Amino acid sequence: MTKSDEKLIDKNGLRIDGRKPDELRSIKIKVGVLSNADGSAYIEQGKNKILAAIYGPHETHPKHLALPDRSRLKCRYHMAPFSVDERKSPAPSRREIEISKVIRHALEPSIFLEYYPRTSIDLYIEVLQAHGGTRCASITVASLALADGGIPMRDLTVACAAGKVDGHIVLDLTDNEDKKGQADVPLAIMPNLNAITLLQMDGQLTISEFEETVEFALKGCKQLYEKQREALKAKYVTVEGEEE
Amino acid sequence: MVTRIKQKQIAQLINDGKRLDGREFDKHREIKLEIGVIEKAEGSARVFLGDTEVLVGVKVGIGKPFPDTPSEGVLTVNVELVPLASPMFEPGPPNEDAIEIARVTDRGIREAKTIDLEKLCLQPGKTVLVVFIDVYVLNHNGNLIDASAIAALAALLNTKTSKYEIEEGEVKVKPGYNQLPIRNHPIAVTFAKINDKLIVDPSLEEEEVMDARLTITIEKEGKICAIQKGGTGQITKEQIMEAVKTAETKSSEIRKMVVKD
Amino acid sequence: MPTFFERKQIVTPGDLIAEGNYIAGENTFKKDGKLYSTHIGLVEYEERKVSVVALKGFYVPRVGDTIIGKVTDITMGGWIMDIKAPYAALLRASDVVERSYRPQKDELSSIFDIGDLVIAKIVSYDRTRDPLLSIREPGLGKITRGQIIEITPTKIPRVIGRKGSMISMIKRETGCHILLGQNGLVLISGKNPEYNRLAIIAIRKIEKESHTSGLTDRVTEMLKKEKESEIKND
Repeated sequence: MTKSDEKLIDKNGLRIDGRKPDELRSIKIKVGVLSNADGSAYIEQGKNKILAAIYGPHETHPKHLALPDRSRLKCRYHMAPFSVDERKSPAPSRREIEISKVIRHALEPSIFLEYYPRTSIDLYIEVLQAHGGTRCASITVASLALADGGIPMRDLTVACAAGKVDGHIVLDLTDNEDKKGQADVPLAIMPNLNAITLLQMDGQLTISEFEETVEFALKGCKQLYEKQREALKAKYVTVEGEEE
Repeated sequence: MVTRIKQKQIAQLINDGKRLDGREFDKHREIKLEIGVIEKAEGSARVFLGDTEVLVGVKVGIGKPFPDTPSEGVLTVNVELVPLASPMFEPGPPNEDAIEIARVTDRGIREAKTIDLEKLCLQPGKTVLVVFIDVYVLNHNGNLIDASAIAALAALLNTKTSKYEIEEGEVKVKPGYNQLPIRNHPIAVTFAKINDKLIVDPSLEEEEVMDARLTITIEKEGKICAIQKGGTGQITKEQIMEAVKTAETKSSEIRKMVVKD
Repeated sequence: MPTFFERKQIVTPGDLIAEGNYIAGENTFKKDGKLYSTHIGLVEYEERKVSVVALKGFYVPRVGDTIIGKVTDITMGGWIMDIKAPYAALLRASDVVERSYRPQKDELSSIFDIGDLVIAKIVSYDRTRDPLLSIREPGLGKITRGQIIEITPTKIPRVIGRKGSMISMIKRETGCHILLGQNGLVLISGKNPEYNRLAIIAIRKIEKESHTSGLTDRVTEMLKKEKESEIKND
């Protein structure tokens, strides 16, 4: 499969799914979707469908893993076997282990882990359907699960990728665009604190293209942040509507 | 674990523009390179980055291509944090740290299109060469990513494979050797953020007090081909751009040491 | 010294609530002179103190709180209890057994067994040591009858109401004994299951609509209506 045999951007500058270069996929977010979990949320970003749940803070098991000065955040990013075209083995792959780690690192700066020494917070992310950009959507939805669980936080964390496709800088790449495009830059921020907590890149970009891509991703994050906040509030404000 | 007093000392020094070992912020430790140290491997290299020591062996075998790239050879990178290298390492399957180093090294090599994988195809969809890059960390004194990436590139440049040909649908080994087709030279440059300052090539002690880590891999034309932010801290866009520019300079310096024409 | 939200307005983690000479109250933090929320909740101002009443939160032990705990383990020294907090609590055998305590002779499980629910008071806790419980006060001890429900602990003050107005109203209307554990567990024991049910739906309604105003009136009205339909059905 060569990288140039298919046009990903048409002559009007639109992408295969009809989006403009700087347009996000359609977003649906719901907070508090699982009754067993201490906090939970669900996101649909284009065809991505992802559930996140947290348990804790609670006592750490086994006990020797407890950290004396802060809470331990455990994070598991996992893809369902049916989430992709070819069945994925349910055993965690190297990719999932790496992504679990970078997601944990992206979220940790936002949490007051020092408030509850020796405890742990377990974060579980299940990708039910994957269509590109799942690590970013996972961060966005996981941050909501943490907030829904009442975990004290400095800020929400929101993530979005930008990249280069057919020579154009575009926002929020699909699976196809990621595979056939020239570069992908996932990025996560704490929007109110102006801090970047996840940054990765693969592909090839000049330094100036890279800067432009980061700008795109930052703008995408800010748009997503508004939807993230709305979803969190929506869990509580809808009650009044039910009165009548 | 670094003692509180050392932690303070490192932070204080960085505030004053200095480092524990006297290096400037943008200076690597001394890099030493030995090539072809393992005769049994098709390619090998040992890299010293100060006291950090990494050995890479490249083995090449025959295998099947991935279904989505039927006419390309296969590249895999594996990292072993060997228990003899540090009291922090335990025997067992690769943990998330080893997997991260492997994947960041892999990403740099793959995205720079370092190996001409199409030249490793013997029969499309059926038979290709598989390049195994095994990174063996022998002594851990910080910045394993840069050491692994340099050692992997040096080992690849030094890799010779047997001559394979297909005769009547069977793989035959012919006399002589082929040089592995290498067309790009990615170099990873890793930064640690300590006290809101970026320093290049952190030592183990610096890694233990850093807030965040940032690895920028630059290919030979000066394009960025991989990035990985690590650690539980945060960075700003300005710091990222500063790192990218420093990485551009540093990577070309290191490349001159690794790639001899 | 600007503030960016009205009193009772809803905020999310990271929202900038105020800037300048304010004091960070509950569920807020201050950084570089700016005061942010750490929770989803409602803004509250009290002179210069800014706080957020969390809409969702877990129970953090406080000395003096009455809580309901579940016995999860028995050790030589006493009972380990799940109190729905980040830490398990310890009720020492010496707190319960009157005479000098001899582990070989006293079967602790005959006093409180695993799975038993116990009303207790928190006597010490400081985040470095697990909370310590006591039952040496009237009204504390093993729960033998009634029904337990669990609500978000941050909603307990709302169930109590201003000067206890809400909870006394529910007790009056349903005739139930209600004990509110600060950790979100609520014990309800009425004359019959029907009255228990009424008390539970009232508490659930408060939990769900805690951030709305005029709640006491709405709950009173709901209880009256439910009781009327109850009588009709009989």
